Amino acid sequence: MPRALFPTLAAAVLASLPAAAQEGEPIKIGEINHFTRMPAFAEPYRRGIEMAVEEINEAGGVLGRPLEFVFRDDQGEPGEAIKIAEELMRREGTVMITGSILSNVGLAISSLAARREFVYLASEPLADALTWGQGNAWTFRLRPSTYMQAAMLAEAAAGTDAVTYATIAPNYAYGKDAVAAFKEVLTELKPDVEFVAEQWPPLFDIDAGAEVQALERAKPDAIYNVTFGTDLAKFVREGETRGLFEDRQVYGLLSGEPEYLEPLGAEAPEGWVVTGYPWYDFEDGAGAEFVSAYEARWDETPKNGSNVGYATALSVAAAIETAGSTESAAIREAFEGLTVAVPAGEITYREIDNQATHGAWVGTTALRDGGGVMVDWTYEDGADCLPSDERVRELRPAD
Amino acid sequence: MTPVLEARHLTRHFGAIRAVDDVSFALAPGELLALIGPNGAGKSTCFNMAMGQLAPSSGQVLLEGRDITGWPARRIWRAGVGRTFQITATYASMRVIENVQMACLSHHRRTFSLIPRAHRLYRDEAMALLETVGMGAQAERHAAILAYGDLKRLELAMALAHAPRLLLMDEPTAGMAPGERAALMELVAGIVAERGTAVLFTEHDMDVVFGHAQRIMVMNRGQIIADGTPQAIRGDARVREVYLGGGAITAGRGADG
Amino acid sequence: MGLILAQLLTGLANAGALFMVASGLSLIFGVTRIVNFAHGSFYMLGAYVGWSAMQVLPGALGFWGAILVAGVIVGLVGAAVEMLILRRVYAAPELFQLVATFGVILVVQDLALMIWGPTDLLGPRAPGLTGVVRVMGEPVPQYDLALIAITPGVALALWYLIAKTRVGILVRAATQDREMVGALGVNQSWLFTGTFFLGCALAGLGGALQLPKGGADLLMDFTILAQVFVVVVIGGMGSLPGALIASVLISVINVFGVAYLPQSTLVLTYVVMVAVLIWWPFGLLGRAEVAGELGQVGAPEEPVRPAGWPVRAGVAAALVLLATLPAWGGGFALVLATDILIFCLFAASLHFLLGQGGLVSFGHAAFYGGGAYVAALLVRHADTPMELALILAPLGAGLGALIVGWVALRASGVYFAMLTLAFAQLLWSLVYQWGDVTGGDDGIVGIWPADWASGGAAFFWLTLVLCVGGILVLRHAAHAPFGYALRASRDAPLRAEATGLDTRRIRLVAFAFAGAMAGLAGGLFTFSKGSVFPNELEIARSFDALIVVFLGGVKTLSGGWVGGGVFKSAEDLLTRFDYWRLALGLLIIAVVIAAPEGIVGTLKRLARRQGGEDR
Ligand SMILES: Nc1ncnc2c1ncn2[C@@H]1O[C@H](COP(=O)(O)OP(=O)(O)OP(=O)(O)O)[C@@H](O)[C@H]1O
Ligand SMILES: [Mg+2]
Repeated sequence: MPRALFPTLAAAVLASLPAAAQEGEPIKIGEINHFTRMPAFAEPYRRGIEMAVEEINEAGGVLGRPLEFVFRDDQGEPGEAIKIAEELMRREGTVMITGSILSNVGLAISSLAARREFVYLASEPLADALTWGQGNAWTFRLRPSTYMQAAMLAEAAAGTDAVTYATIAPNYAYGKDAVAAFKEVLTELKPDVEFVAEQWPPLFDIDAGAEVQALERAKPDAIYNVTFGTDLAKFVREGETRGLFEDRQVYGLLSGEPEYLEPLGAEAPEGWVVTGYPWYDFEDGAGAEFVSAYEARWDETPKNGSNVGYATALSVAAAIETAGSTESAAIREAFEGLTVAVPAGEITYREIDNQATHGAWVGTTALRDGGGVMVDWTYEDGADCLPSDERVRELRPAD
Repeated sequence: MTPVLEARHLTRHFGAIRAVDDVSFALAPGELLALIGPNGAGKSTCFNMAMGQLAPSSGQVLLEGRDITGWPARRIWRAGVGRTFQITATYASMRVIENVQMACLSHHRRTFSLIPRAHRLYRDEAMALLETVGMGAQAERHAAILAYGDLKRLELAMALAHAPRLLLMDEPTAGMAPGERAALMELVAGIVAERGTAVLFTEHDMDVVFGHAQRIMVMNRGQIIADGTPQAIRGDARVREVYLGGGAITAGRGADG
Repeated sequence: MGLILAQLLTGLANAGALFMVASGLSLIFGVTRIVNFAHGSFYMLGAYVGWSAMQVLPGALGFWGAILVAGVIVGLVGAAVEMLILRRVYAAPELFQLVATFGVILVVQDLALMIWGPTDLLGPRAPGLTGVVRVMGEPVPQYDLALIAITPGVALALWYLIAKTRVGILVRAATQDREMVGALGVNQSWLFTGTFFLGCALAGLGGALQLPKGGADLLMDFTILAQVFVVVVIGGMGSLPGALIASVLISVINVFGVAYLPQSTLVLTYVVMVAVLIWWPFGLLGRAEVAGELGQVGAPEEPVRPAGWPVRAGVAAALVLLATLPAWGGGFALVLATDILIFCLFAASLHFLLGQGGLVSFGHAAFYGGGAYVAALLVRHADTPMELALILAPLGAGLGALIVGWVALRASGVYFAMLTLAFAQLLWSLVYQWGDVTGGDDGIVGIWPADWASGGAAFFWLTLVLCVGGILVLRHAAHAPFGYALRASRDAPLRAEATGLDTRRIRLVAFAFAGAMAGLAGGLFTFSKGSVFPNELEIARSFDALIVVFLGGVKTLSGGWVGGGVFKSAEDLLTRFDYWRLALGLLIIAVVIAAPEGIVGTLKRLARRQGGEDR
């Protein structure tokens, strides 16, 4: 038995080696993501970060020191992410944490961040709770939240004469938030709308034929879709085959992001109003520059995650530069109200709820060269899609 | 005097097979009764119904006048019946003495105890039982590596742990050398004499049966066709017919059916 | 009316792929008694291979040809897995082979990522079958009708193969009575390889056939696995007609669930499963497990004996070293050690069931996650202090185990395992979908230890005391009369009952006891992470514990926690690298082949050999 105990101890010993962090050494940022569980999303994001880090370091780094991201895989498990965050902060000597795509992992890290008082920049997770219901002083979020993106679509929907709506959303927290926000904003803007069906397929286990039949049964004027990934592909295919989308306006949350649109190829739906990332039609400005630099660097087209990853690294660099130190408290203070220029434009991390004002692109899907794209899009600034400050204070009990 | 065990019109079907068909018999205290019959006659099925391993399709089992039909085996055991199985059933992951200790633990109602270490409990009691069946020297051996005959004796020791008033033994000497068989039956006869325990046993070795049983019942195709003293059975025409049809009456047997 | 018919047709079409995968799993189990956890991976492989083949093969002929090619290639991969890995471990303790198949899952996940990349692949449409047919006015996709036609075709072909051919007779004989086949002089290894080929080919076919309704992605393996287990269990393990009936039943129920109970589709499936199993513990068409059928193959288990003084001294020294960790280890060492200790207790609790009781649970996460949720819910909704929550977590989990065990223990062997899985999935789906109370997928966050225990060292000591204490209690229980009674009930239930033991009650108490210990581990987990999510109730978590117990060694007393410690440490080291799943999978397979008695069992054997005590 003592022998069998050995590996446990070995790991513990290994874990206890002191980390070296001296001046002139790189400033390390811990990045936790689902590299094995969701590689299609995490990898473009990682590349965005890596590219930004290369640019930052070429330009002299941060506080005169090189910036370095330490990437770690959490398998999409919140418990694992917590462990890694502890390791990064306690042993690797990282000065803050970024990452996660899944909201539950983001919430877990966020709770730890508040407890251990280090800064966590939740770049991708969308849950409203991250900045509102369970928001805390140490957690900031870059990407426009579920509420913001749903509000953008609700505004577009309010302008049409559709009255009856059906919704379909994966049966978990994100799907529920997205439907609730859409309903809330749309009903506010247009009180006579009616929601005639709500479908809740299990995440990544959709029975698309049955869902389409159930939606068809309700005969709605318009459909609000929150499914994504493989669920979306199946839903679109069954819906097209069975004619569900004929003469119906469809609103698709995130459906315009290349991560979701590209796999659909020539079968991408046409005429949906979606939020997304139409990098292919950026003509000039920072957005277009980023796209061409990214294509040159990686020899592949950018995804939405690439853009978010890039903006993440820029935000982190700006915050540390502003803080003038790598102390957690200083970085945290620097993030409050921090304004950064990212490819989408200038964004600000709002003091009131730590949410960045990064916006999203809203447009209509169309087919081009055998693939789905967004056309007639506009960039909606995140600042315009958020509720009033009063409401935000209600929604965010922590402060 | 009330019989220790009484079967009344016991019947058991397996699908279309009538394994036991309207069997009635009684066993007096201190009696050593053999139940014999060719393979598949229904002997083990009778045993299983008597001790609750099988529920009868119809009929009753009475233990000292009490109706115990449908009782689970463990309750019948508590009421004073011990048994051994045709295919030995012992605890293969334990030592020989621990097998018996386990029976003692059950007897003393300590099976749910979490506090003491079991291997120290009732050692003397278990050892005495092992000595009784002549297994004392093998007490510390691993039960999984015992010879078949020794397993039979171990089972007997376990069955004796709660001083039963009735012992059911399904082929107690199968797998033993002839000398061992006689010794084991002497032992059983001793127990009957000493403690007044009634014993019902099945056996294919006719030397054993006719040498030790006080009374013999013969089964064939689920029915009892003869019941009497060894002499009477030896002379019974139907018994001869059954056995001469199926082989010599004195043949021992190896593998189980 | 038209709609209901159309819904029915949708259900029947969905049943197709499900039936193929399920029948393959059932067939493999029936003949080889291996529960192939990797069956979902073969399904995923079928989808990927089929997709690739469709890229190069043109036209309708190419499409259908690609599906056949996928079936054959996946079948060959399955046969290779059987020959290279499983064949070496048939003599291992019952169900040990599932550990190897778990290793295969990990390997396939990384290989698929390497070969086909991370992006989801959209399945090509079936040429000539892209439109709809109007049935009473309702649109029904042509491909759905094709599936509805193909499935009975495959089922008939299978039936013919099994009912009418010599191979089929052997398969049936093996399903009924394994020893018979050996006695008939049949080359058993080729029968097993052939069965694997066929079973995996069916999974591959299923994967390729569903391409026009979806595609290929890297999460398919676990998604289908849960469904297939449901089907196989409802139909009865080893029964092909059962698999057919159950896949139709589940698919049709699901279609109507989507329409009329859209919020609770997950729960619905598992409620149906539990209900069926309560009625028919062996599934609709399964047959009762013959006692000992799974066979205690391999050497008989050594009698337990209390550890000698050198071992005790060693353990005491190691514990002292561990207790002083805060003095010589860094902050993260404490975090990692806390994680490992908690997992060790979880593994040890399952090991107690498996090793002492012979009760294989596929759903032990229900009690671990259950305990974690009891603690979190108490803190969240009732402001319970940590100390009380840590007492109530094991009690709650134990109570849950008592209820689950009361139902599940009516069955035995694999059916018992499947029932525990059903309950665990039911609990998981409830927690997942009952967001108002449990937070659903967003979990319960912000559950931190009491002030006195919030320093890294204090919580570590608390964990150390409770986990080591728990493991010692479990170990002591194995030496106590109760442990003996439990082993007695496992070794010879007939004998145990005939000497007054209430075997069912003994098992039930053991199940509740192990559940409580898992619940304690879960409660500690919640406080160590500050949060809990439905992940802690997932199948994957149950599998983790199961794998670890087998790797540690079932027929030893310390296999559970040793396996847990080794596995967690290895995982912590390996996940730092890319393609760590491949490495971990290969490591597991290597251990399975090199040490079929598990780590502790093999060490013991080596030690005995060194000591010259060889038998
Ligand atoms: N569980 C069962 N299911 C079906 N048939 C059974 C079962 N048990 C016994 N039988 C049948 O019942 C009949 C009586 O069997 P039983 O075991 O009682 O015979 P036996 O007299 O003990 O024979 P043997 O001397 O071979 O032990 C046999 O035909 C047997 O095949
Ligand atoms: Mg018999």
